[in-house]
This record gives sequence, C-alpha cells and structure tokens, in this order.
Amino acid sequence: MLCQECNKMPATVHLTKIVNDKKTETHLCQQCASEKGELEFAFEPKFPIHHFFAGLLDFDGFETPVGIPGKTKIQCNNCGLTYAQFSQIGRLGCSDCYESFGEKLNSLLRRIHGSTRHTGKVPQRSGSAIKVKKELEQLRKDMQKKIADEEFEEAARIRDKIRELEKDTEGGGE
Amino acid sequence: MAQDKFWVKNLSKWMEGTGPDSEVVLTSRVRLARNIKNIPFPYLASDTQTQKIFNDVNRVVGNHKGEFKDFTFIKLEEMESLERQLCVEKHIISPQMAKDVRNSFVLLRNDEAVSIMINEEDHIRIQCLFPGLQLEGAWNLADKIDDIMESDLDYAFNEDRGYLTACPTNVGTGIRVSLMMHLPGLVITKQINRILSALSQVGLVVRGLYGEGTEVIGNIVQISNQITLGQSEKEIIRNLYAVAKQLIEQEEEARQNLLNESRENLADRAGRALGILSNARIVSSQEAMQLLSDLRLGVDLGLIDFDSKIINHLLVTIRPAHLQSMERKELDAYERDVCRATLIREKFIGSSK
Repeated sequence: MLCQECNKMPATVHLTKIVNDKKTETHLCQQCASEKGELEFAFEPKFPIHHFFAGLLDFDGFETPVGIPGKTKIQCNNCGLTYAQFSQIGRLGCSDCYESFGEKLNSLLRRIHGSTRHTGKVPQRSGSAIKVKKELEQLRKDMQKKIADEEFEEAARIRDKIRELEKDTEGGGE
Repeated sequence: MAQDKFWVKNLSKWMEGTGPDSEVVLTSRVRLARNIKNIPFPYLASDTQTQKIFNDVNRVVGNHKGEFKDFTFIKLEEMESLERQLCVEKHIISPQMAKDVRNSFVLLRNDEAVSIMINEEDHIRIQCLFPGLQLEGAWNLADKIDDIMESDLDYAFNEDRGYLTACPTNVGTGIRVSLMMHLPGLVITKQINRILSALSQVGLVVRGLYGEGTEVIGNIVQISNQITLGQSEKEIIRNLYAVAKQLIEQEEEARQNLLNESRENLADRAGRALGILSNARIVSSQEAMQLLSDLRLGVDLGLIDFDSKIINHLLVTIRPAHLQSMERKELDAYERDVCRATLIREKFIGSSK
C-alpha cells in the first residue's frame, strides 16, 4: 500500500479515527505522518524514555531482600502520586516526591546520572538559607555531644549561638 | 493567523548563521528547568496552581521591567495550532508544549534568542538560543535570567538533589546544553556513525533537528548532555565544548581531504544542488534539506559563490508550518512540496553569482 499523501513511499503508519461513530482510515508513510501536525503519535517523543524507566524500576525487584513483603505502597504525602504510578508515567508529581520516594529514587538516579549529589549552582537567595540550615544542624549536633560529655557550659554557649542564628533567619529571612 | 505578530512575521536571530565556528555549528542552546516550591508539577497541577505560576512569573517581570523590556507574553491557548507548530519549527517552544497547551505561556524576547516557557513539563524553562558556537554566552545569559527569577520566586531546590524537576533525567542542575551541527564531511567520508556512537560513551546524546525521536536529515545533528546530576554547569558546558571542538576539527579535516582528493566531485555536487533547487517545481523537505546541505558545503569550501544566509533561513522556512503560514492556508503534502519549490526558487533568484 502506498502513502495516501505523497503516493510515493510505502504506507507504514495506519491511523483509524472514530469520531461520532464515523470511522475513517488513513494510511501514510513515516515522512508524511510526521509532517502532518495532527498525527503526533507518529513521533511521540517522551514515550521511549519512559519505557526505559519502567525497565529500570522493575529491576529493583531483584534487590528486594527475601522475607520482606515486596509490594508496600509508597506514596507521596504532598501530591498523592504512588511509586507505581511514577514508574508508569516516568515523571514525578511534585518536588516532595524526591523525599517521599527516597532510597528507591536514589538507585534510579545513580543509573541515569551515575551520581545522587548535586554539585552545581545553588540559588542565591534560598541558597543562603541552606547554608544557615547546615550550620544549625552542625551546631545542634555539637550541643548534643557537649551535653553527653557533661560540658554544660560549652553546651549553653552553643545553645545561645543557635538561638541567635534562628532569630537572624526568622527576622531577616525572606 | 495574524501576520503582524513578530514571532509569525520575523526570522529568529539564530537563523542569521553568524557566530564563532558557524561553518559547522549552526546554533548553541542552553535550557534550564526550574520549579516552584510546594506546587505540583504542571501535569498534576490544578488550573488555579498553574495560574499561580504564571502570576508569579508575571510579578517577577513587573518587578524587573528594565531587564524584561524586550519580552512579550504569549498565551499558547490563544494561538492557532499552525502558529504553535511555527514556533516549534523556530525552536521557540518544544514539540511537547505545542501539544499540551493547558495554561502554558511563553515569555519571548523580541529577537527570539530567549524564550521562557511557563507550565511546560516543568513550571519554568529558560532557553537561550545563540547562533554559532557560543555555549558560554548562552549559559551566562540563562544564568542571569535564572538569578532574576530566583530573586522573587521560591524554587524547589534541595541541597543534595539540586533543582528538582518533573523528570528525574533533568534533576540537579536542570541544564540541557545542545549544539546543532552540520557535519557533511563526516557523513560523506562515512565516519559519522563511528564518531556519534563514541559520543554516548562520554555522556552525550545525539538527536535529529527537532529533538528526541526525530531523524537526522540534511546532515544536521543535535548533540546534548545526558547527565544533569553530579556535574556542575561549567563542567557540563566544558565537556560539550571540548567534544564540539574535536568534532569541528574532524569535520574540517574530512572536508579538507575531500577537497584535496575529489574537488571536482564536491563542486559538481554543490552545482547540481544549486541547479535542482533553482529549477525544481516539486521538492520534498527531505530532498530540500539534503540539497541545501550539499550547497552549503560547496559554499563553505569556496567552490561556489552563494549567500549562506539564505540557506540558513530556508532550513526553517521550508518546514510545513512556515509554508502554510506563508500561504495563509492549510496545505497537503503535495501542495507543500510545490510551495516549497516555489519559495526556494524565489529566494535563489539573484542570489547565485
């Protein structure tokens, strides 16, 4: 069968449309199908990569240790997307999904990027908050250690520092 | 379709064919994917939420009138489908965005070198498209616009994962850097497949002219980074730049060898291409792209005298939506082939010296 558009190339794309119970059939070659805007499925760009994901995600099955129930439902608390849905769509629902799917996502990221840690640009404004957050975390850890070591004077000094930092971020932030 | 809109009427700046190494590199593109905190990604977001994203970006633009004075907001739902297709052909928006237009906008600079897509796959995608090999320039501009956006918007950012994106293939830097390269020398000397398959081993992807899933025609390939997490933006750009420099060198060497060994054949090829393009009445886009490639090679090597700017323009204006926009009506494949041949003939009159 030759392409109905150009009548030159063999038809490889066969389209059946049913609109209001009226059925129409179109037979096109690859070239004409992709040139015709409405036949977009002919080069559905995102399709292959998601298939690829599904394969990668299924592979996790091998890693599930024996004795642990395999199919616990992992769901994002913010947007409600489940991990199973994600592996079908290939896209996450919201930024919280990265937290919700945690370790499972890490193994996927390692396969895609060979890494799980960002080393590039940090946003200027919210990035400074991240720096402060990191510092606070470290100070809290230090304080706990001092308490455990019964160095209460030192611990109190760190506590004051934490309070100061917290006050700064609340007052001056945003 | 209204013909007075600049994105319908004008040609993009990148089509001028200027810039460093423009004999091999047609365009340099940098795209940053960004999302706003606590709002689902566009495909899951409600109308109110996607509207909020637009309002937020609109507010940024309002707060930075000076920086955005040459920009125009375009609502995709208000565009006809042909007009959207036209924007895809000009690389202003992605093919995916032309399909799913719900609450999407593009904030476009008048010279079309910068387009900011809103509510595409991610909330915000900043794209800078420069002619020739100008990755650094494109990145610096995208980086600057990103900083302006971030000064008023709360990005979804995590210190470990970086910029969070809808698709995990973009997470981290959210950067996609691509080059459109014309490599006829490597194709004729049959080195192209060997070289392109080697690229995948250094974390790069090769695609056709219109991105993922499109075929390579007219000896033009698009090369971009695959990895976005674990490398800094500068590393990613440097990596692509280094590979591009090598590709340019190989391509030029192949061209030189061809010139030394089969000068007449190349001149003949370019001359025939010019002959066919100047006289044909029916030309498919694939044939036209191949002939334009042959002609461009002849021009680049000084074998034929012709204005290469016309070739650059035609790469885009012979695409289906451009032809239909020019004729102001829908055309079937045969009508497009006729219309394409007419357009090329008209452009060629007086251009060959």
